[in-house]
Amino acid sequence: MKLIFERGMEGQRCTILPDCDVPEICLDVPGRGLPLRLPHVSENEISRHYTELAGQVHGVNNGFYPLGSCTMKYNPKVNEEAAALPGFTDIHPLQPEDTVQGCMKVLDAAKQMLLEITGMDDMTMQPAAGAHGEFTGLLLIKAYHDSRGDKKRTKIIVPDSAHGTNPASAAMAGFEVVNIPSGEDGCVDLEKLREAAGEDTAGLMLTNPNTVGLFDKNILAITSIVHEAGGLAYYDGANLNAVMGIARPGDMGFDVMHINLHKTFSTPHGGGGPGSGPVGCKAFLKEFLPGLQPAKSEAGYTFTAPRRSVGRVKMFYGNFLVVVKALTYLLVLGREGVRDASRNAVLNANYMMRKLQDIYPMAYPETCMHEFVMCLENMKHDADVTAMDVAKALLDYGIHPPTMYFPLIVHEALMVEPTETESRETLDEAIRAFREIYDCAKKDALRLHEAPVHAYIRRPDEVQAARKPVLRYFFPDAVRNPAQ
Amino acid sequence: MGSYLSNTPEEQRRMLHEIGFDSFDALFSHIPEEVKTGELKLPDGMSEMEAFGRIEEMADKNVRFRHIFRGAGAYNHYIPAIVKSVSAKEEFVTAYTPYQAEISQGILQSIFEYQTMICELTGMDAGNASVYDGGTAAAEAAAMCRERGRQTVLVSAAVHPQVIEVVRTYCYGSNTKVVLIPEKDGATDVEALRRNLNETSACFLMQYPNYYGIIEDAGLLGTIVHEAGAKFIMGCNPIALAVLKSPAECGADIAVGEGHPLGLGLAFGGPYLGFMAARDRMVRKLPGRIVGETLDREGARAFVLTLQAREQHIRREKASSNICSNQALCALTAGVYLAAMGAQGLKQAASLCISKAHYLQRKLEEAGLYLKYAQPFFHEFVTVSEKRSDDILAALQKEGFLGGLPVNDHEILWCATEKNTREEMDRLAAIVKEVSHEADI
Repeated sequence: MKLIFERGMEGQRCTILPDCDVPEICLDVPGRGLPLRLPHVSENEISRHYTELAGQVHGVNNGFYPLGSCTMKYNPKVNEEAAALPGFTDIHPLQPEDTVQGCMKVLDAAKQMLLEITGMDDMTMQPAAGAHGEFTGLLLIKAYHDSRGDKKRTKIIVPDSAHGTNPASAAMAGFEVVNIPSGEDGCVDLEKLREAAGEDTAGLMLTNPNTVGLFDKNILAITSIVHEAGGLAYYDGANLNAVMGIARPGDMGFDVMHINLHKTFSTPHGGGGPGSGPVGCKAFLKEFLPGLQPAKSEAGYTFTAPRRSVGRVKMFYGNFLVVVKALTYLLVLGREGVRDASRNAVLNANYMMRKLQDIYPMAYPETCMHEFVMCLENMKHDADVTAMDVAKALLDYGIHPPTMYFPLIVHEALMVEPTETESRETLDEAIRAFREIYDCAKKDALRLHEAPVHAYIRRPDEVQAARKPVLRYFFPDAVRNPAQ
Repeated sequence: MGSYLSNTPEEQRRMLHEIGFDSFDALFSHIPEEVKTGELKLPDGMSEMEAFGRIEEMADKNVRFRHIFRGAGAYNHYIPAIVKSVSAKEEFVTAYTPYQAEISQGILQSIFEYQTMICELTGMDAGNASVYDGGTAAAEAAAMCRERGRQTVLVSAAVHPQVIEVVRTYCYGSNTKVVLIPEKDGATDVEALRRNLNETSACFLMQYPNYYGIIEDAGLLGTIVHEAGAKFIMGCNPIALAVLKSPAECGADIAVGEGHPLGLGLAFGGPYLGFMAARDRMVRKLPGRIVGETLDREGARAFVLTLQAREQHIRREKASSNICSNQALCALTAGVYLAAMGAQGLKQAASLCISKAHYLQRKLEEAGLYLKYAQPFFHEFVTVSEKRSDDILAALQKEGFLGGLPVNDHEILWCATEKNTREEMDRLAAIVKEVSHEADI
């Protein structure tokens, strides 16, 4: 379809702003010499353009979205209404404290509920996403060791099954990454961990349940090995949706963690953000937290800066409106709802896994948590059908494919996370689709290589895109400067 | 009682039985008892209506100012109705990062269009799909410039203090030295910059217009920085770029900024939008998602996430950044805003900001608040007063005005935008005049 630059015509425009009601000033500084080429479109053209674009997007609202590790649950609409209240959207972040008591209450109320769910002692809402939270948490670990004059702790241990953000965040925080191989069972190999942990260990980063969907039974042993070596344990909250009201990272021995509000707490993902990645920590780390913290007193809330803060990781107070959405969700769910969400997420995952395991080999066949990983190596070997082919075939069923080729320790991996908000009916339809694709792989593999055929485009040429990057639209010379 | 589950309790029981469990306890029996938690100490759930009521109560506890004259990194601009309508479309709101290009063309194309608009505004060759905000954009840009032997980041003291703090925090992470270049008369001290630049300097970051609203001679700063072999990063106000000499013309290697003025609203500081654009030679150092154009199997135009070899899911600890979720919906919003304004509308917004701010400055001067710096400014400026800043601002607050940000006891940083009318500025000045003339107690 057309780009917005290819729509409309010179002179077409929206009339948004009024004439100037004060004397017009011309600045005595060098002005812009470059032409400014922006779309020249009427409001109707804009509306049609984006409606057409929206028609080429698959959101949670359009259909099943079992994208592993991303927790694509339904995004309640009341969250959106709450975040659109003018009492939030029109508030300047630098207003006097006595005029933002409501915003501070939102931050504090969300924090208190999240602390109870995670078993942590304090929390910052400043990080804007999960990876940003990881970076923040690692800075807390760094500041802790620094504060003790313990300069030799330069290494972060990361299992080879970890999300890519873990090692990337550790590197950004100035640590060296020590990758340890997972055991045959997909969990942490305690021997390997003992070998890796030592005087130079700053900490360990881990998810539990891990990236293959299993709850690591040795979790207490794992965190105590790290603690005995003098390191701290970081919990990657990407998979928190499996354990709310069931087990708490704080009780597993973790010292610091992040939460993805846009995964676990139902705030929408926006096609790639804005998310929110609050960081929780145990009491001994709270003095290092970034930004300002709302503190409650009799007179109301005031902002205070932690004593030995690592410094801000973002301007102001984080993605505030996302926190409003998460709080709305938490209020609705409450004690039982939170636990029921995790229970049903785990039930849905196990149900799908059991109904597919006869034809799709599972990387780890035991009871899973909120997601499971299939290994399609046999299918690739026998029928020349890859995980990618199966994923693309699902598109033609109106299903968003599972996460592909992750975790890296499973070959031809498809990672399926149904989430708790899907009905059995939806799961059964998806199971039927998977089974039909399996039959097709045996009979007519070529057809799968061609998939998708009903999506908005066919498979794109990604190699060409990377080899000769075209990263912006180039205006034809004829309309080079429509303003002139 | 609140729930968003689709399975009824009966359905759950049937499903459990079908896969061999007689209860949820059995389903979770593999979790070690010693880490299982008891009942959480959380309030009972509630209906949607009750929850919304609670949240409304919180929103009502805030004071919404009718008249806003405070900026300092968060600006009160008009948001065209079409912007809110488009950015609320459920498909855009509820989709994930567009990994599956075949069913994500709408998101990918919107980002490609946004990237193009950011390139147009800055004059740079390529931009990314966004980072978290202006502060993290500056910090990521500084990280792009570090190379062997050049590890020191220079930052002008006239950059927003919170941006400086974010840069410092990121540099604490990467063990990078930060040198603050002092300001002189509200702008970067050029001689101090010269003195501090050397063969270990990675880059210099300035803000345009700067924290005090002043439009610095970016071209001159760029030349000085390049003479020392360092990279030049400009943190820009995107609306000002409609009329000011562009970063490309000023010699910037990387242009970044806070994109929230482009249709995102104040929102107590977030979600906002960090934009980043760079010269061709630095494209492969950009952090985060980048969308590129290609063709599909049948030769039709298609968009994909590209240059992913920079990113964490491929490169892990060697990635250019750890960012994955960015601010995609905010970038889409900015794109709609720029389409609705067009070049003409954006220039008009910039001109209105300039004219109104200068009108406000004159009115405040008549009321006894004097301009601190004799420098060209965009839509913010600092005044000096005999009266205490707090007294002036308290008097304004009583009348429903959010005055400028107090810089210290006798200095205030003011801001005016296209939303401020002559009438309200006259009233504001009258209130200030009254306070100025009151005898101190």
